Amino acid sequence: MLRTTPFHPRTEALCEAKNWRRWSGYLAASSYELHHDREYWAIRNSAGLLDVSPLHKYRIDGPDAERLLNRVVTRDVTKCALHQVLYTPWCDGDGKVMDDGTLTRLKPDSFRLTSALPNLRWLQNNARGMTVRIEDISEDLAALALQGPSARRILSAAANGVADDLRFFRLTKGSIGGVPVEITRTGYTGDLGYEIWTDPDNALVLWDALMDAGRPHRIVPAGMLALDVARVEAGLILIDVDYVPAHQAVIEGRKSSPFELGLGWTVKLDKGPFVGREALVAEKERGPEWEFKGLEISWESLEELYGAVGLPPQLPSEGWRTSVPVYGGSRQVGYATSGCWSPVLKKYIALAHLQATHSKTGTPLRMEVTVEHKRRRAKARVVDAQFFNPERKRS
Amino acid sequence: MSASRYDAIIIGGGHNGLVAAAYLARAGKRVIVFEKRHVLGGAAVTEEIFPGFKYSVCSYVVSLLRPEIIRDLDLPRHGLQILPLESTFTPLPNDDYLVRWADHDHTRRELYRHSPRDADAYDDFGKLMYQLAVAVKPILAMIPPDPTSMSPKDLMGFLRLGKHFRDLGHEQFHALHKLMTMSSADYLDEWFETEALKATMSASGIIGTFLGPRSPGTAYVLLHHYMGEIDGAMRAWGFAKGGTGAVSESIASAAREHGAEIRTEAGVSQVIVRNGRAVGVALDGGDEFHARVVVSALDPKLTFLKLVGEQHLPDDFIQAIRRFRIRGSSGKVNLSLSELPDFTAMPGVGPLHQGAMSISPSIDYLERAYDEAKYGDFSSRPYMDIIIPSMIDPGMAPPGKHVMSIFVQYAPSDLSGGWDETKREAFGDAVVDTLAQYAPNLPGAILHRQVLTPWDIDRVMGLTDGNIFHGELTLQQLFCLRPAVGWADFTTPLANYYQCGSGTHPGGGITGASGRMAALRVLKDQS
Repeated sequence: MLRTTPFHPRTEALCEAKNWRRWSGYLAASSYELHHDREYWAIRNSAGLLDVSPLHKYRIDGPDAERLLNRVVTRDVTKCALHQVLYTPWCDGDGKVMDDGTLTRLKPDSFRLTSALPNLRWLQNNARGMTVRIEDISEDLAALALQGPSARRILSAAANGVADDLRFFRLTKGSIGGVPVEITRTGYTGDLGYEIWTDPDNALVLWDALMDAGRPHRIVPAGMLALDVARVEAGLILIDVDYVPAHQAVIEGRKSSPFELGLGWTVKLDKGPFVGREALVAEKERGPEWEFKGLEISWESLEELYGAVGLPPQLPSEGWRTSVPVYGGSRQVGYATSGCWSPVLKKYIALAHLQATHSKTGTPLRMEVTVEHKRRRAKARVVDAQFFNPERKRS
Repeated sequence: MSASRYDAIIIGGGHNGLVAAAYLARAGKRVIVFEKRHVLGGAAVTEEIFPGFKYSVCSYVVSLLRPEIIRDLDLPRHGLQILPLESTFTPLPNDDYLVRWADHDHTRRELYRHSPRDADAYDDFGKLMYQLAVAVKPILAMIPPDPTSMSPKDLMGFLRLGKHFRDLGHEQFHALHKLMTMSSADYLDEWFETEALKATMSASGIIGTFLGPRSPGTAYVLLHHYMGEIDGAMRAWGFAKGGTGAVSESIASAAREHGAEIRTEAGVSQVIVRNGRAVGVALDGGDEFHARVVVSALDPKLTFLKLVGEQHLPDDFIQAIRRFRIRGSSGKVNLSLSELPDFTAMPGVGPLHQGAMSISPSIDYLERAYDEAKYGDFSSRPYMDIIIPSMIDPGMAPPGKHVMSIFVQYAPSDLSGGWDETKREAFGDAVVDTLAQYAPNLPGAILHRQVLTPWDIDRVMGLTDGNIFHGELTLQQLFCLRPAVGWADFTTPLANYYQCGSGTHPGGGITGASGRMAALRVLKDQS
């Protein structure tokens, strides 16, 4: 039996489509309406409200909290200011990515880590001999993501302006609907957005207050289908889809290093020892074999392939999550792991693992598409994975 | 007299003029656009008429904008966002209603409630229209060949066209023949029995024409509207974030990025002709600008009869342009609202407010509205196509308030006794009174009202007789006949003078197609 989140009484009533999926053992709405269009457009055009409570959350306290985290993650935690949030992956001893999430410094020696998978044991194993308390607070914290260009205005109305000047990847505290909340300027959509954290007992009050404040701004509860398109547009990787967590990979070839996932910028090799550092130093020296990039599939090429059977191009109406071969000339040089038609960019886009020999931006490649039951190869071009990156995200 | 010389001057900063400018600038040409008004877009403009309330003043939905233009000019990067319009709600006088939703099953169940037969026919009809639209659509991006010309170019064009239609099945070919010859009411009668469904569908056959649903030829216009597509989904209509003006702004931004110069409040008074060639333009203020070619994006009447002296054009051509039918038949009412209209047929705030609302209860209703216009009056109970942009893009109105865009037909440009301010407001009253029958709270919710009759559209936007399509979208004025026989290829009888805009092929709507094709034609001739 799947569990429900603290927001379930509200989300269930609104979920007209009755379209649910599992997320870390919880029920999560795939879409609220029969079509996820409006939910997607809310994220890009007004604001979407997403229940992200199923995230795993840990609280790490104590004099050695910073030391422990700096040992585990690839970012430099000593540089993390009070109320700053870091996005970071963490690796196994071979420098292969196990998980990724956000790390927030709540107090000088107190942090919160979010993750996609359970990480309690990994954190404890790395904490031997340290003075630190690690607590799984996954069920003690309910969370909503408010994402989209109207998010700031809605939050301003709901939280009395407390987050008006909140900078990208920072935290502030306030109250919404009379209940205490923590607000971080974070999200998984590549848009202006916030995540709001509260005690599960306050969940319904928080939901109602945000929906009330959001109504004049056309807030729309949004599900995972809408989120999936938004995160592909933003070039944000998804565990178990775009990469296999190292400790769950049954064969070596399924593992990826941060360099191979476009996360080289998070690897701070000169911060001192951390798990996987030696392997990452060596990899950096020889250069990674794979790169994670964006693909823009050529419309003209699709038109030609579909035109040959008398059809206009058939576009995926939802994001897809399968492994699709990518070719350079006649040879396979990689595989795409997620893709979608981007309604905001008016482009067919995909995220792909490419051999470093074929990963330079601008490289012409081909991606497999199935046209009327037949395998065809559509022209594609290598681009930066961050397809959509509006100014408002950081401004 | 300006010292600098341009490769091309574009007259009119409507969306087609801007598309032409962008394509020419993209090809490295020195281009300047002259727009008479202070805003760009022509009939595709967003204006904040009342503080905080943004109106898509004239044109209000997008669908026909050519995808190749969106790609070539990378319009999404320049701010173009097209948001889905999901449903069409037709309230009925007996407090019933008919809705076509975005979801197929939802629509089917609704149609079934009115007629189980129609629910089945709707799917078959949809498939056939889809096939026809796919077949006819390439014509939108094709320079029409002249059927009477024996030049290899025209013959090849017809050969391609012929091959195209040969690929159609029998059923589709016959349907196409019927669409070309029948009235939309008759055509739909062959398929459906629900009055409200037939009326609402037939309305797309009369929009912008001076015809009623029972007038032959309107069935084709129905198909014209089926050719709209968004993201490859045909028959999808959308709303541009920021209003329709945002479409023009995104094209202008692309044009500027490619180096085009765009001047507003710079009306062109005439095209300068020397030795039988267009060599430049004179502005209202007297300034003159010279260029290798001049492209007019105005309607054919202005392009030829106003800007160019008749002595520079052949007599038969002048006659053809004089005969070109351009009677305006529609108006627009834009409202600022303190609250949403509450329809007695479907009370409360619901998804219907995010889609289109159509006042078209029956074919008789529409035909009666036409009858009044035929004899010189505006319709006392008009056809209306309504959207509430603020429900789709919250930026269009202050939070909690709304804007309502009402397309109204019929309002004849040649109203008996002529239009004046009193008659314009009487027309606005007829619109509000009619709507109040379906949503009684509406009159009390109105904060501001803007009424545009063909008279206003002519005076303010500069569309002759207020015809929103720069000339009627009827078969005798389409394809190789638009705007005149032999001159459908964006050239004109005056050397170095080119034309684009809705008065040229493929006709009205925000397509950008004529601007693109005219630019390509100029580039070809200049190479």
